[in-house]
Amino acid sequence: MSEVMNRSTDQGVLLLHDAERERVMLEDAAGQVLARARAGGADTAEVSVSSSHGRNVTVRLGEIDVLEDARDRGVSVTVYINRASGSASTGDLAPESLMRTVDQALAIARHTQPDPAGGLAPAELMATTIEDFDQWHPHELDMTALIERAREIEQAGLDTDKRVENSEGASVSAEAAIGVYANSHGFVGSQRSTHFDQSCVLVARDASGMQRDWDWDEQGSFTALVDPARTGRKAAERAIRRLGARSAPSGRIPVLFDNSVALGLVKHLVGAVSGGNLYRRSSFLLDARGKKLFPEWVRIVEDPHLPRAARSSSFDSEGVATRQSSLIDDGVLQRYVLGSYSARKLGLETTANAGGIRNLVFAPGEKTFDQLVAQMGRGLVVTEVMGQGVNLVTGDYSRGASGFWVEDGKIAWPVEEITIAGNLRDMFAGLVAAGSDLETRRNIQVPSLLLDEMTVAGQQE
Amino acid sequence: MRPLIRLDVSVIAEQGERRESGNAGGGGRYALARLLQREAWQKFADEAVRQALVNLEAVDAPAGFMTVVLGPGWPGVLLHEAIGHGLEGDFHRKGISAFSGRMGERIATEHCTVVDDGTLVDRRGSLSIDDEGTPGARNVLIENGRLTGLMQDKLNARAMGVAPTGNGRRESFAHLPMPRMTNTYMLPGEHPPEEIIASVDDGVYAANFNGGEVDITSGKFVFVASEAYRIKNGKLGPALKGVTLIGNGPDVLTRVAMVGKDLELDSGVGVCGKEGQGIPVGVGQPTLRIDGLTVGGTQ
Repeated sequence: MSEVMNRSTDQGVLLLHDAERERVMLEDAAGQVLARARAGGADTAEVSVSSSHGRNVTVRLGEIDVLEDARDRGVSVTVYINRASGSASTGDLAPESLMRTVDQALAIARHTQPDPAGGLAPAELMATTIEDFDQWHPHELDMTALIERAREIEQAGLDTDKRVENSEGASVSAEAAIGVYANSHGFVGSQRSTHFDQSCVLVARDASGMQRDWDWDEQGSFTALVDPARTGRKAAERAIRRLGARSAPSGRIPVLFDNSVALGLVKHLVGAVSGGNLYRRSSFLLDARGKKLFPEWVRIVEDPHLPRAARSSSFDSEGVATRQSSLIDDGVLQRYVLGSYSARKLGLETTANAGGIRNLVFAPGEKTFDQLVAQMGRGLVVTEVMGQGVNLVTGDYSRGASGFWVEDGKIAWPVEEITIAGNLRDMFAGLVAAGSDLETRRNIQVPSLLLDEMTVAGQQE
Repeated sequence: MRPLIRLDVSVIAEQGERRESGNAGGGGRYALARLLQREAWQKFADEAVRQALVNLEAVDAPAGFMTVVLGPGWPGVLLHEAIGHGLEGDFHRKGISAFSGRMGERIATEHCTVVDDGTLVDRRGSLSIDDEGTPGARNVLIENGRLTGLMQDKLNARAMGVAPTGNGRRESFAHLPMPRMTNTYMLPGEHPPEEIIASVDDGVYAANFNGGEVDITSGKFVFVASEAYRIKNGKLGPALKGVTLIGNGPDVLTRVAMVGKDLELDSGVGVCGKEGQGIPVGVGQPTLRIDGLTVGGTQ
């Protein structure tokens, strides 16, 4: 199959060549939609239009397992008539299809009840300058280049250790995306970004059984990706270190969440202080603004303008200007996470979070991961959690986990088939330390976090 | 034409400072009119409220390894996670399932027969043909405790030299087909459910669940109860909150000590996610007693 690819005349990712023409076309489509909405009787209207072209290659045991080439365009429109809303979407940007889609949205709005909280975000909050955050890094990659890179990643992993005897494959993907948002306040904003990632999932086996683990990297620029061999080797090392895992004794012990799992804790915080959960009263953090949720040293800041970050943007998904703003200062919740709809429901102002959090940074600590392990002394390092056992209504947290048992300040043996349980309120308040190992590849950037105590359930005495 | 409808009810109950949720719903491959009849939706609303009120009284769950009784119907998500995913053909072609190479072996007690059945009338997971044109079928995965069948799409069946089984499914035209479950359930046994609960000295009765997750390769699975009770001396005690169960797929059905005669299928709410693709599925089981699962409470 790769032979065929070599001979073909592969044009690479098309959007890279035509980005400007594509943007003009998307803005034109947005303009047609808004004009039709106005002509059809809408008081106000908003539209988002997107276009992407991506490729994904998976190689398994040296052979091509999956080749994907996906082009996608979409338009979604919301119209408001006397505070009743109607939404419709299409993947076809031909003018007649755009017109039909607007007409469908208008028909829906005429059948729905008025919602006093509905409508566009206030006009005076629209972003007036749109900055470039260095998110566009065109890099020509034909399928052959992607396949070769995936092979290199996987082979490096398989060569690491003879116990790495099987693979779920190595994947490499490249994507370019352009998006336009416009509304009847006259706001028009566009954004474009490139996205590259590589990952590898390997299976190690010994007398105790099979274990699988993975490694990955994800960047806006292809040249910023780590060396392919490093991704393969790390996946192999991570699978090997889980071999021989067993359950652990039940009890209350300190727990160290590595930075991938600690990310989840911050996501639960964001979920619990997000407008949708607050106005539905389905959060354990109702009325928590101004309250101390964490120890004093905890600081979590949203920075929507981080250079090269995938989610950076001058405007949110309603056109509202974004700005740097603390979520947690001195351990105290400074604000909620709101778009204009949930803000009106709650009688508050939008925090420019329509479409979610942009980039959130949990201020890292001084200690390395190993120093945190040493500080913990005896306890559990959690590297993976499983299952949906997080209840944001009550804060109750009970999940399957795997990781490592720590004895005398050192990692002693791998652990699996245990649960860890607590309540998020206690877990937030019980943070002991943050590591220096901030995970900067995610839009929510969190270091490893040491918690004073959770209940571990396992099978050992 | 493949109709699919679903109605979900989610409620929050408050008492003083305490707030708890309850959820219920259902649906299937039939016309919307059926769910719009009062008796149809009212029962979901009543059930959601009942569950929220039960949870308002719930106490912290125990932590540790103990006997667990699973209720009938949706708790069959156990079979889906612990067994079903590990019997999908792609994981066997790649040799990465905890069940790889175990065809014909005993992987469950003799009380256990598990099928994946796409031919049930009106069910959420049912398929007259799968997404590759293969007719939907009833496949016996485990018969009297022995592993007898896998679920296949065309590609993996061809690669393994076997016939497709009507399990080739995709989320939409923009996704690749994979071997996926349809309606997965255990056939009924002999015991009345009351007798099963009465047989437990100290354990947990998990009446209903949210969802679950499995690591195919290590076989470890997790699922989370939405309604559970302590069992002491054969009697149901107080309601428990925050019950997560964790076990090992290849091991869990070897611990099934009693199978009830009360087979129920779920009400039609299941969505199964695999490699980013979500598809509708069904599950079911009779009341089961499992002698040894790790219960992840806080006490």
